[in-house]
Amino acid sequence: MSEPLLDIANIEVVYNRAVQVLRGLSLQVPAGEIVALLGSNGAGKSTTLKAVSNVLSLEDGELTAGRIDYAGQAVSARPPHQLVRDGMCHVMEGRRVFEELTVEENLVAAGYALTGRSDGGRVDFDLVYEYFPRLHERRRALAGYLSGGEQQMLAIGRALVGRPRLMLLDEPSLGLSPMLVEDIFTIIGRINAEQGVAMLLVEQNASLALALASYGYIMESGRVVIDGTPDKLMADDDVREFYLGMGEQGGEQRSYREVKHYKRRKRWLS
Amino acid sequence: MQGLIEFIEISLTGLGMGGLYALTGVAFVLIYKATRVINLAIGEMLMVGAYLFFGLAAGLALPWWLAILFALAGGGLLGLLLERAVIRPMLGENPISVFMVTIGLGSILVGLVELIWTADPRRLPQFLPDEPIFLGPVFVFPEPFWSFVIAAAVIGVFVLLFRYWRGGVALRATALDQGAAYAMGINVPRVYALAWMLAGMIAAGAGMLLGSIAGLSPALALFGLTVLVVVIVGGLDSVPGVLLAGILIGWIESLAGSYLGGEYEHLVTFALLLVVLLVRPWGLFGTPEVERL
Repeated sequence: MSEPLLDIANIEVVYNRAVQVLRGLSLQVPAGEIVALLGSNGAGKSTTLKAVSNVLSLEDGELTAGRIDYAGQAVSARPPHQLVRDGMCHVMEGRRVFEELTVEENLVAAGYALTGRSDGGRVDFDLVYEYFPRLHERRRALAGYLSGGEQQMLAIGRALVGRPRLMLLDEPSLGLSPMLVEDIFTIIGRINAEQGVAMLLVEQNASLALALASYGYIMESGRVVIDGTPDKLMADDDVREFYLGMGEQGGEQRSYREVKHYKRRKRWLS
Repeated sequence: MQGLIEFIEISLTGLGMGGLYALTGVAFVLIYKATRVINLAIGEMLMVGAYLFFGLAAGLALPWWLAILFALAGGGLLGLLLERAVIRPMLGENPISVFMVTIGLGSILVGLVELIWTADPRRLPQFLPDEPIFLGPVFVFPEPFWSFVIAAAVIGVFVLLFRYWRGGVALRATALDQGAAYAMGINVPRVYALAWMLAGMIAAGAGMLLGSIAGLSPALALFGLTVLVVVIVGGLDSVPGVLLAGILIGWIESLAGSYLGGEYEHLVTFALLLVVLLVRPWGLFGTPEVERL
């Protein structure tokens, strides 16, 4: 296998010099493929993405060990805006659109990703509007007045403006209706296929993410506990039970009363 | 009738000052919005601008328009320098520490100016037209009139810049969400520098206008105190709020000064500040969740 586009090797991250969030996490994203990173709340998924896009320092976090290489070079040496200009776009959790700017101005701001590219710095609005026709209709509206789904489209559209090689997607399904989630994931799949963008997809919705991804990692308490192809993960009993919500014996439903004991049971013995 | 004309004359003079308050307020808000720094040295930056103009026009005998250009550039440079040398290393520190640092900066700037030009009051070379202006029967002093016109024009240019220039979009984006701005590939530290540079230029321009109205002395820096009232009344993070509050306070101050006596000018302004702080601590147009110190 050729060198992966993104290579994370044994990283540890500490917040406020006190709280260790990642404990030796490793993963790879090959060029042009979607890799899913799954895990429960607080497992460190978002922290992983922040470490990759080198924005930990904004939240008083620090990479204390390990190495992250993007396109063959360490990310730690490059400030976050430079990484974006090098083709790594981070679609942050909670969408983070510029609410008091119009949709179009949001895309103009995203155009800074093109600074220093050889192919000139023109923002390709049409590309974004082609994937998200809805944004074209609302291009003069303030982003703060968009619906949650439209804001997520805008967040992904902004990343698209930068013509990335790697997109870091942090919970694109967060707070959206099931219908919208399906739309968004379809478009994510299309962007991957048509633009050749590699993606590191962080999700709580495991079945959706695994349906799209070519490889998956599941993390818990700051490290990867199991990884493999979607087929392998879907077949795993623990994954089925804890992440896909299916019981061990042929999809039997469990009552919430039993699930209350998950704390005792949810320990990986690997 | 005579009373009415007098009232209009006083009001128009007040508007002249109000324009300068609004202009300096814009400089203050620009820094606050982009970098979340409460810059109490804005009055001193303004004073330095006026002295730069004085030094270039009177000291080096440059033509007035060239002196203005250099003084504006010098003000911008001062902003850049302060940001790079003093404010940037303080990034991420407690807001109160940063705010205290700007007070110290102010003292240093006053000290420097007094070292170079002494504390004696000076007269700025005349650069505004000085023919009296009559609007019908109403007489307006030329200096406040022209500084209002210039202030309004400059503010207009900046509003357009923020709206349509790409860098203006970057500035607003950074002001709204720093982390997201980084994720757009925006060079956030450079945006900070840009905000300080523009604010330095605006302050220097306001300083020259103010100096031509009020004469030049290090006490010009006290203007910053009233500007602080303006931005608190208008809302720390609101450009429209500051414009309105600037005009309003200039007007009220002028009315109080003429009808009640000069000693009431600041009394009325600060009384207004007190009322606003009691009723709407975030200002007329500010965002309520703005961090209060």
